[in-house]
Order: sequence, then C-alpha cells, then structure tokens
Amino acid sequence: MTTLATTSDADTMADGPTPAGRDSAGGDSNATLRLRDLHTTFSSRGLTVHAVRGVDLDLHPGEITVLLGESGSGKSVTAKSVMRLYGANATFAGTVELDGRGDLLAAGPKEMLSVRGPEIALIPQDPSAALDPLRRIGAQIVEVLRQHKAVPTKAAAKARALELLGQVGIPDPARVYRSFPHELSGGMRQRAVIAIAVSCDPRVLIADEPTTALDVTVQAQILALFRSLIDRMGSAVLLVTHDVGVAEEVGDRIGVMYAGRIVEYGPAADVLGAPRHPYTRALLDSIPSPGVARGQLRSITGQPPVSGELPPGCAFAPRCPDAHDRCRATDPVLVDLPGRRLAACHLLSPDDGPAAASAGAAGSTTTAGPEGTDRTEGEESAA
Amino acid sequence: MSATAELTDDPTAAGSLRPTPLLVVNDLVKTFGNGVRAVDGVSLTVHKGETLGLVGESGCGKSTTAKMILRLLAPDAGLILLGDDDLTAVRGRQLRQMRARMQLVPQDPQTSFNPRLSIRSSIEFNLRAQRIEKAERARRVAEAMERVGMPMAYGQRFPHELSGGQLQRAAIARALVTSPELIVCDEAVSALDKSIQAQVLNLLVELQQDLGMAYLFISHDLSVVEHLSDRVLVMYLGRVVEEASAAQLWARPRHPYTEALLSAAPSSGRTRIMLTGDPPSPVNPPSGCTFRTRCPVALPACAEERPLLQVTDPHHLVACVNEARTAA
Repeated sequence: MTTLATTSDADTMADGPTPAGRDSAGGDSNATLRLRDLHTTFSSRGLTVHAVRGVDLDLHPGEITVLLGESGSGKSVTAKSVMRLYGANATFAGTVELDGRGDLLAAGPKEMLSVRGPEIALIPQDPSAALDPLRRIGAQIVEVLRQHKAVPTKAAAKARALELLGQVGIPDPARVYRSFPHELSGGMRQRAVIAIAVSCDPRVLIADEPTTALDVTVQAQILALFRSLIDRMGSAVLLVTHDVGVAEEVGDRIGVMYAGRIVEYGPAADVLGAPRHPYTRALLDSIPSPGVARGQLRSITGQPPVSGELPPGCAFAPRCPDAHDRCRATDPVLVDLPGRRLAACHLLSPDDGPAAASAGAAGSTTTAGPEGTDRTEGEESAA
Repeated sequence: MSATAELTDDPTAAGSLRPTPLLVVNDLVKTFGNGVRAVDGVSLTVHKGETLGLVGESGCGKSTTAKMILRLLAPDAGLILLGDDDLTAVRGRQLRQMRARMQLVPQDPQTSFNPRLSIRSSIEFNLRAQRIEKAERARRVAEAMERVGMPMAYGQRFPHELSGGQLQRAAIARALVTSPELIVCDEAVSALDKSIQAQVLNLLVELQQDLGMAYLFISHDLSVVEHLSDRVLVMYLGRVVEEASAAQLWARPRHPYTEALLSAAPSSGRTRIMLTGDPPSPVNPPSGCTFRTRCPVALPACAEERPLLQVTDPHHLVACVNEARTAA
C-alpha cells in the first residue's frame, strides 16, 4: 500500500509549519487520526460486499478533509468505520490510529464507548433521525455531557448545554433547550445535533453529509457555522459529501473516492481546480455550469460498478474515456504528484510496470517536471 | 442579457415571436386542513415546447402547485387551463383523456413504480388507463423505451433490479408513452448521482427537441434549473416572487430573496448574502411581504401590503416594494 503522500513527509519536515498549518500532507506525526489500508467488508446471506478497499488518510487538527464521491463509493462507510458504527456483519482490516489511543479497530466495545463522543463525534445527515423524538433537546445534550462526565453536576450540565446552543448560533437557547425536535426547523435541528456532537470537545469530528437534507440558504448558514466552530475548536474533521460545491466551500483537503478507494487526493482548491484523475475530471464536467449549452453536458457513460462485481484492473476503466489495455489489466496505485497531490491512474505514471498491481510499498519518489510531464519513479514492489 | 434569451434559435424560447400558451394557471390557492396555506395565489404560463423552471426551498409550495396542475390535488380556488380545456372542471372520462396530455416524472422512481409489476407492465399501465388496445400498446411501449435508450430486455425486469438512473429512464418512458404535451418533472434528477444526472438531463433535452413537449421543471438545484430552463419562476412561502428568463434571472436577479438564494449556492462565485433564520411557518405567514422577516432590505411598508408581481423589464416580473418604487 502506498502511504498517503509518502514523499511529502520529507517536504513537510523541510518546509516546517505552513500557513494555517493546513499544508502538511499525510504521513506526518502530528495527525490526530491515521487510517492505514482500511478495508471494510459486509457480508450477509452469503453475499460479500467489499465497500472500502484500502484507504489511507490522515486527519489534522483544525483541518477539514473532505471525502467526495457518489453513492456507493465507500465514503460514508469509511467515515463510519472509523467509529465502528457497524454490526457484526461488518469486518474491518487495516488500522485506524487515534493519537494517543492506538488502533481503534483493535479496541474493545467498552473502549469504543469512551472514544465515541469525547474523542470522535459524528454529525449525521438527517438530524430528525439522529434526535430522539420523545425527549427535549436540552435533555439530549445533558445526557451526553453526563454520560461522559464532562461536567460535575446537573446544574453545570444545563448551563453548559445552554452555552453550547448559543455557540451553534441558536438565537433563543432557553426555548430550544425546552423544545422537542419536531418543534424545530430542519436548520435548528441540525444546529442542535452539532451542539451535541461538539459537547465533549472531540478531537475528531465526522460529518456525514451534514447539510444534504437542508435548503440551500440554511446550508450556507450551517457551513459558515461549521467552519468557524472548527477554526475555534481545532478538531480534525472528516466531512463526507457528494456535493462538489460543499467540498469546495469548506474543504481544506479532498479525497475523491470511487469504488471503495481514494483515487485522487490533495489540497481542495487544486484538486477541484485542476483535477488529475480522469474520474475527478469527468465528475466535475458532468455538473451543469453556465458555459455549457443545454443538453450538452459531458456525462460519464455507464454506471459505477456494483460492489462485489468489480472489473479487473482500474475500477473506473469501463467508464474512462482514456482507458487503455493496462487500465483493464492492472489496478493503479496512488502515486505522488507535484503540489502534494496523489492520484491513482496509469496515465499519470506511464513508467510503472505491471508490478504496480500488487500493492506498492511506501517510498516512491517523484521527480517533479514541468506541469504534465511529471514522472513517477515508483518503487512498486510488493509490500 | 435578456437579448441572449430572445435570440436563441429555438422558436419557443422566452420572448420570441408569440409563443403559444399551453398551460395557463391563474391565482391558484391551496390551504390544507392543518391551516397550512401551501399555495397562495400562484399564476404561471407554460408555452408549447418550452421549459419553465420552478425553484424555491422546501415548503415553498412548488410541489403542491405541480400536484394541482396534474389534478392529483384539488385547488381551493384558481383556474388551470390546458389548451382550451379547464382542468379544474373536468371529471370522469374526460379527465382521464386530459391525463394523457400531461404526465409526471417524480423524484424517486423506487417508490413511484409498483414493485410487483415489471417495468414494461408499469409503462403499459399508463396506456391501459387510456383504453388503448393491445397491439397499439405494445408498439408504443417499445417506442418509448427505445426513445429513452433502454434495452427492450429491461422491460421484463422489476424495479429493484434496475439502478436509479435506469429506473429514472423508465419513469421518463412511462411519461412519454401517452405522447403528452406537458411533462411535470418534480425533482426528477435530484436523487441521482451527478454523473448519471447529466445523462438524464441530456436525455430530457434531446426528447424535447425531437418531440416538442413542454416541461414544468421543479427543482431545488439551481444549476440544473439554469441549465435546462427557458424561463424561471422563483417561489417563496406559497407565492411567486420573481419570474424571468433563465439568462436574465441569473444575470440580474431583482428580488432580494432570489439574490440571496443564488448567492447561497455553494461556490456560486457571488457575494454571499446570508439570510438569517428559517422560512416562517406557512400556518401563520408574516403580513404583507412574506419574505420581510428575513429580508436584508425590508422597509416598514413591507409589513403593510402584499407586493404584487410587477413588470420591471420586458419579461421580468418581481414582487417587491423596493422594485416597484424604483420602477415608478
């Protein structure tokens, strides 16, 4: 497995802290959460679905890392695997290392209970489903605070809950504290859910399509709130979305997922501004934009592969306009590109041999040439 | 900017030589039993062969308007004309015949197909309702499936055996099969992934060019509406607040709500106008202009009187006190 941004290790060290601390690529030691070769497989009734197929990712404090992809790409499963929010039908492989807590995939159920909430918190897509409809908002926040012993007394819990509701931009915390979820609008409910998520000051926040259920004017409010909360709290954030606009607006880094893998990774503006992987390019092209004549959208032909029926070679090859024989035969690995970027595409590394199919070890080096002529001298020996 | 819309080679585009009205809706009102005034005096016209976009946030009444147009819901007041026929008055056999002329492509094909009918049967069902004989039905089902690029073999499959994109093609075929003059697309591509959405949007445009039906295209996705529509209506809390050609609306939105809406789209490149709060409850809407509680430029006068749609530029209507004043 290629570790994310293996060569960037050296870069980071050499460059030292970069503006806003947001330029350290993966692999360095200050990551709060490190995913290495994460695999998640679901099996039921003899059917096996390999939803996540080897994801490496580092999350850094104060930084929003976006997993962008279409349905079935494995982005949500990656995020929820971190919290181990799956039942017995899910099996994991690889490691999810939380700074100071070791590998979460090896942790017992009891330990996970102390991780979820204080260490890693989740903001789910649908706030109505996340809140208990029969209990008041205040009680639901107090419950979390008391459960994790974040406050000494009941009175302190109430005070803290009111403070949290204020922090997430609720104009009338006392009223919302007493309200039932159905008495609130969608935007207010999502704010309440965010208040619960940040109540124990988690080091890692996982936001799974946090604004997808909201209207666009409310989405703008929530995204602005989210960004300011992260800047203040310094949590490391993994944000899952299918919406390129949301990714562009709040993402510091983006990992584009396709068929259970990250196929492209790098600084958000660069990945969306100048995508290198054909899938990222095609995805951006398929979005209606003012310059495109009506009915002339550049759609991607065919369908994403169904998990369990993956084509040999690159999973995107059957839909890729530039696919050639090698793409259909061997699966490309992520290679380093200039600008601390990574992409998994044979077209970007014309030199690597068929050995690339077997997982390459860390240590590929990149010779950065002029744009477009980068050459990767990958050392793609089997791990 | 308005010139671009008028100079398009499509003869049915907004503002060109006398488009023929196909659907005329006048002053439609619907109040539900729980006191929600979902639609509060909506008027609109869809011309033959054009695409009218209808945008607005959840609860603004866009789907309710569509349902009344399709006669799936009875309006409390108002007029709906399809061609020369008053849709609110017809019933029985006549209504059934009218239904062939207007069809729906709903948001979620998974729930709009009978899970126990094959795709073919579902499409054919639409023709059975029209009492069309068997041989003709078979011919037309095959034609509709071919039009949407669906292999005939898929006809034998059941809804759960198709992907979202394929099923949406089937839903379009089901709408096409009666040769409608109007197709209402209610968030028809919203549930689809972007790469599949582009395929379906291209298909809708191609079908319109070949067959010449009109679309009433309802969506909360502004970029999709901009891409597809000739003219666009913006709704807020049961009312139309602005109406213009798509080009004009995006180039120069006049209503403060439209401005905020367009600027709120992520990465729109516009200066963000952040609205405070949520849309008020339609059970107890604010007096006067319903947008005034969130409007960044509201005046005391806005609470007094409900602003009416006023013509500002040719083919550009805005319901705002500020606009009326500057125009006067």
